[in-house]
Amino acid sequence: MLSAESLKRIDREIAKYPADQKQSAVMGALVIAQDEKGWLATETMDFVAQYLGMAPVAVYEVATFYNMYNLEPTGKFKLTICTCLPCGLQGSLDAADHLKERLGIGFNETTADGRFTLKEGECMGACSMAPVVLVNNRRMCDYMSNDKLDALVDELGKKA
Amino acid sequence: MAMLTLEIDGKSVEVPHGATVMEAANKLGVFVPHFCYHKKLSIAANCRMCLVQVEKAPKAMPACATPATDGMKVWTQSEPAVKAQKSVMEFLLINHPLDCPICDQGGECQLQDLAVGYGGSASRYAEPKRVVFHKNIGPLVSAEEMTRCIQCTRCVRFGQEVAGVMELGMINRGEHAEIVSFVGKTVDSELSGNMIDICPVGALTSKPFRYSARTWELTRRKSIAPHDSLGSNLVVQVKHDKVLRVVPLENEAVNECWISDKDRFSYEGLNSADRLTKPMIKDGAQWREIDWPQALELAGRRLGEIRNAAGGDAIGTLVSPHATLEEMSLAQKLARGLGSDNVDFRLRRADFAADSQRAGIPWLGMNIADIGALDRVLVVGSFLRKDHPLIASRLRQVTKRGVQLNILHSTDDDLLMNVTTKSIVAPSELPSALARIVKAVAEAKGAAVPQSVSAVTVDDASRAMAASLASGKAAAVLLGNFAEQHPQASVLQALGQQLSGLLAGEFGFLGEAANSVGGYVANCVPSGKGLNAGAMLGLDGTAARKAYILVGVEPGLDSNDPVRARSVLAAADFVVALTPFRSAVTDHADLLLPSAPFTETSGTFVNCEGRAQSFNAVVKSLDESRPAWKILRVLGNQLGLSGFDYDSSEAIRDELLASMSLPESLNNSLSATDIVQLGSTTQLAGLQRIADVPIYFADPLVRRAESLQKAADAKAPKLWLSAGDAQKAGVAAGQRVKVRQSGEAELEVAIDAKLPAGCARVAAGHSSTASLGAMSGELSVVKA
Repeated sequence: MLSAESLKRIDREIAKYPADQKQSAVMGALVIAQDEKGWLATETMDFVAQYLGMAPVAVYEVATFYNMYNLEPTGKFKLTICTCLPCGLQGSLDAADHLKERLGIGFNETTADGRFTLKEGECMGACSMAPVVLVNNRRMCDYMSNDKLDALVDELGKKA
Repeated sequence: MAMLTLEIDGKSVEVPHGATVMEAANKLGVFVPHFCYHKKLSIAANCRMCLVQVEKAPKAMPACATPATDGMKVWTQSEPAVKAQKSVMEFLLINHPLDCPICDQGGECQLQDLAVGYGGSASRYAEPKRVVFHKNIGPLVSAEEMTRCIQCTRCVRFGQEVAGVMELGMINRGEHAEIVSFVGKTVDSELSGNMIDICPVGALTSKPFRYSARTWELTRRKSIAPHDSLGSNLVVQVKHDKVLRVVPLENEAVNECWISDKDRFSYEGLNSADRLTKPMIKDGAQWREIDWPQALELAGRRLGEIRNAAGGDAIGTLVSPHATLEEMSLAQKLARGLGSDNVDFRLRRADFAADSQRAGIPWLGMNIADIGALDRVLVVGSFLRKDHPLIASRLRQVTKRGVQLNILHSTDDDLLMNVTTKSIVAPSELPSALARIVKAVAEAKGAAVPQSVSAVTVDDASRAMAASLASGKAAAVLLGNFAEQHPQASVLQALGQQLSGLLAGEFGFLGEAANSVGGYVANCVPSGKGLNAGAMLGLDGTAARKAYILVGVEPGLDSNDPVRARSVLAAADFVVALTPFRSAVTDHADLLLPSAPFTETSGTFVNCEGRAQSFNAVVKSLDESRPAWKILRVLGNQLGLSGFDYDSSEAIRDELLASMSLPESLNNSLSATDIVQLGSTTQLAGLQRIADVPIYFADPLVRRAESLQKAADAKAPKLWLSAGDAQKAGVAAGQRVKVRQSGEAELEVAIDAKLPAGCARVAAGHSSTASLGAMSGELSVVKA
């Protein structure tokens, strides 16, 4: 199901916790599984559950709780824009509208060329730097004015 | 331990350290409104309904999650408390549909009840409400209206903590949170129905009951579950003389506040089309209805004729282990009145050698509630979860506290609890494996090794198990149904007795059926030279009797060897069957007398701990069916036997229980242990059969319960083989093959990697495997 490399990484996560509390490693294991597969299919979650000796639905709970886990395939770049209240007050809703217009897609949609997926995010702990956009769960971009958003899309578009 | 004193609503109360404000309030009898709190589940504190005012706390605190402290002052009905509770209720009702009249829970809904006290008269919320899609989570629990869910997570916690398997979970968060099973899965736990009871709203409801009645139309009557040996206390809910629903009656000493799905949903069988409603007689190949006087006259006359011609020994009486104490008592009285000692209720047993050495009535050896006081347990030969769902649940709770559970069995099904050591061996190896443990424990304890086991060699597995068992202070050795039905059951019993003696612990039987203890109490077993069930059903080659009296028995499915049972009944001149179900005996009997199931008769079941629990009929007998004790009474009168003049079932019970001291009669000891003969096991050419009796095929009533028959546990039996044996036989999973024992059956192959080598697991109690023969024996696989 997962590569030997990924399993090695998951084992490393498991080793961080007491032997009878393997399921503490579920978040790390899901991140690793997602890194390899790009998203978390039902079978992937089932596998992680089996590997950690926990109920599949408990893995499902975790995977659905955090929106950095992808439960369906995404484009090459997943842009997550925070729309929580502080960001919203500082213009993230307008920024989101701009992104939607620029990419021609709504939330939870992927562009036809498979490059971009737009997601609505929850608080990223950077309210003072709103609006914030997270690229592929790893790269945080702050103070996202429309110009900066365009620049970001252009930059990523070249990479794709 | 020092107690804490606190004050709730001006009343002082003492509670132990660690108690919550909710528990203190309950002790005082002060009701704090709540949804997510449940005394048997962990604390979630997510409904917030139980907010109360606590002195010096700036905001209201949840009573369920606030630890009581010494000198604490709590107000549950002060203005801040009530204001907080009302605000929570307003939030809960924002997304909850306000259409109680069309909700199945209406009238018995905690949210509805509390909304009367704490809800507004109108909603201030004018925005769209959220909608949660309905789900199909199986044939028993309906999740049709998940929009009604208030996310208390009681069902999730029940699964995790009591049932031992988390089948429901809450996905997403905030406004999008919803209760689901893992993508497309059903809820298959044998305790799943309890989720319906604990759901405080109409989100999880009973699928079979849904929209068949309103709660206030139902009459509630107490009863006792007729299935497993626990004897769960029930409330049977009745409308127009029809049982529409069964729910638990709380009894901490027996079933706590739970019941198994078998006890809950088997009532559908009571209303099945297969109910026999009139006496019937076989006229050539045709069945014809006759009236009661004719039927009873015929039964009396034929039995009398056979007794006169061939003697009482020519008559055999077989009683279901699910029959009431009164039915068993009159059945044996009738048999003995006819001069026959051939009477038995242990239909699935194969080994009766212990009978001559029994010191008393075999039982659990302790009280059910005392399971909580054990620290070491060995369960031998039990399909624990399926045979004893609630005893398994009790063991699950104690293993969480560090109690060491050890298992000796022939299959390795997931018990959903912590098992310290386990030894999974072929059925023929069970006695020697247990003997090894006896020897290892003797060695570990420094005690003399009993003569009978001195020849065995202790191995690492038995040493590990002995180390676990010997390290405790309160051990118990419990034999399950598989051990009781084992061809060397008496050896297992003797070894179990030796082992518990070495451990200075308890020894007992989990018990096969609702009245397995009651059968002995009623003396429904041969007392002298009489034939036991095995002999009467031809297990040991004993010739068929000329006449049989069957009480509640479905011989083709309830006996150890259905093939032999069929042939001896076919060879008999006259078979009279008291049965609630027509199809149960039409193949075997000559005369059918419609008897009443447990809801239509008064009676008593003696559960595994020796607790005699009586119940009354909750509905009238269907059509012309009659309580079996009345039928037996009239038969006794018809035959001119004395001692059949009872006015009520209570009179039978009282006379029986007054004639003995039930608690003192309970005794698992065997007078001698020379019964232990550990011969070398002969190598079998074929595969050893391991037969479980699946939970929903175990008795005639549950076999006719429609919804249970759609459950995952009611799937048709398969031929389970280990991967190695499947390869050897050249078959693969999913393939249909012919299996040969004393007869043949066609079964689907399935692989169970945990089965011991040389074994094949084929369930009993099902029509598709009844043609194979005895529950233990040698199987061969013939490719179809």
